[in-house]
Amino acid sequence: MKIRLAEKAFDPWQELARHQSEQPALAGKFGATAVFIGTLRDFNQGSAVQAMTLEHYAPMTQKHLERVAGEAGSRWPIEDVLVIHRYGELRPNEPIVCVGVWAAHRDAAFAACRHIIDELKARAPFWKQEMTEQGRRWVAPE
Amino acid sequence: MSITVRFFASIREKLGKEQDIIDSKDIACVADVWARSARIPLPANTLVAVNMEYGRPDQPVCDGDEVAFFPPVTGGAG
Repeated sequence: MKIRLAEKAFDPWQELARHQSEQPALAGKFGATAVFIGTLRDFNQGSAVQAMTLEHYAPMTQKHLERVAGEAGSRWPIEDVLVIHRYGELRPNEPIVCVGVWAAHRDAAFAACRHIIDELKARAPFWKQEMTEQGRRWVAPE
Repeated sequence: MSITVRFFASIREKLGKEQDIIDSKDIACVADVWARSARIPLPANTLVAVNMEYGRPDQPVCDGDEVAFFPPVTGGAG
C-alpha cells in the first residue's frame, strides 16, 4: 500500500506501471486492477477555470488516506493499493488524484477503488480554490 | 503549557492567520480554543480536528494538543 501526496504534476499511468513493477510479490496474484483518475476540468459551476490551488492539512491528509486504504483492505480481499493526490498549484487537464487497486477478482477491486475515492472526497482535509475570470473562489462542497 | 491551533482555507483567510499557540490555562474544550484564538463566533459548518482526528466543539482538549479548524472539505475529483 502506498499513499503519496504530490506537489508536482504526475503521470498516473506511469505511476501505476512503476508501482506494479516495484511489487514483485503482486505478480501472479492479481486478476483485476481497478483505477480511478480524477482530472482538473477547465469548467466548474458555470465558470471557466484557469487554475486551481489545492490546500491540505498535510499530516492529517496522509493519516486519513492511509486509514481509508487500510479499511478497504480489511473490507475486501485486495492485494495492493496506490493513492496519489496533488496539492499546490494545478492547471486544467492535470490529474488531481489517482486510485489504483489490485485484487484477485474485479468485484473487490471495483468496490475498494470506489470506497477509497468516495471516502477521500467526503473526509480527507483538502480544499480547492479556483481561479476564474471573476477572480479566486473557494469551491463549495458537493 | 500550550495548545497549537491551526486554521485552513477560507477560515485561515477570514482570520488572517494560519497558526496560533495559545496558553492552555482555563481551556477545557475545542470551543474554548476557538474563542481564545479567533475572537469571533465559530462559523456554521466549521469542522474541527484534535491531533488530526475529526472532533467536536465540546470535545475536551489537553496541554500539547493540536487543534484545527477548517471548512467542509473538497478534495478528489470527478
